[in-house]
Amino acid sequence: MIQSDPLGFFVLLLAMTLVVYATRAGGFWLLGRVTIGPRLRKILEAMPGAVIAATVAPILLHGGLSAWLAVAAAAAAMLVVRNDFAAVVAGVAVAALARAAGL
Amino acid sequence: MMTQSDSPKAQDLPPAWTFPGFREGAWTILPLMPGLFAFGLAFGTVAARKGFSLLDALAMSGTVYAGVAQLVALETWPDKLTMPVIGGIVLVTALISSRFLLIGASLRPWLGSQPASKIYPALFFLVEPNWLMSMRYRANGGSDPAYLLGGGVVIYVVWIVSTAAGYALGTSIGDPHTFGIDMVMPAFFTAMLISMWRGARASSGMVIGGAVAIAVDFIFGGMWYLIVGALAGSVAGGFIDDPE
Repeated sequence: MIQSDPLGFFVLLLAMTLVVYATRAGGFWLLGRVTIGPRLRKILEAMPGAVIAATVAPILLHGGLSAWLAVAAAAAAMLVVRNDFAAVVAGVAVAALARAAGL
Repeated sequence: MMTQSDSPKAQDLPPAWTFPGFREGAWTILPLMPGLFAFGLAFGTVAARKGFSLLDALAMSGTVYAGVAQLVALETWPDKLTMPVIGGIVLVTALISSRFLLIGASLRPWLGSQPASKIYPALFFLVEPNWLMSMRYRANGGSDPAYLLGGGVVIYVVWIVSTAAGYALGTSIGDPHTFGIDMVMPAFFTAMLISMWRGARASSGMVIGGAVAIAVDFIFGGMWYLIVGALAGSVAGGFIDDPE
């Protein structure tokens, strides 16, 4: 998959690297010139959560019952233990169990 | 901090980069590293599942060095890398990492007087954990810019090592579906959403982003759900979370 298109992978990696670095250096650079207004600041603050939710939500649409149970287990583990590791382990374990049970 | 004992000349000089500052930044970031390691494991595991070589996975972690952007790119990874697909992934990457604009901007008052030849290379290592630690360090009177770099370098090394460890884990397991490996990313992102949750009103961007993504995915398919959902969620979140 990747090996079949090394040029495309290289172009993608280069573009992603440049874009991410541009945001890292760009805010620092820009503030020497302009100010970020309160509205834009709020939109930027809401962006990471919106992106993550938009990534996860459709998986529930396609993943079936085992995906629902796995995400619920991860959420429960996170709420109780407040630990990323525990949440991932719980989610993966419940998905494996559900599939072993034929769900 | 300016004190009465500072000579006027010393006040005009930008804060110096010292090894003790670097070491302090590296040391104080360590308690956050187990969480980051879990994140890197998730990325490496999913990369293996998506058919990356180990070198591909390490190259992405070493150059892009942005966990959420890398995981989201993998999750939408196509069978064939066409130019429109590359453009889509790069656009999503730009959306996700736009938060760095704010983080970087907040460093301006502290580091604005630093020479460009030092600060711009150091900004490559800017991520949330070392930014948060540096803001606290700064609030407590610290001024050494090497503190930011020290934390960033530790995070970078942990990110690379955990990518390799996750890759080894991902390739050593037979059918990823049977063992629930395909749920690593959703479980991790669910945990992130919970730790980022600030109540229904303050976090409305998450809810709207998720809902719009499901709707767009259901109606159109493809990877547009991500761009439309992310944009709708962040704009809505930016306008809904109003004090009045």
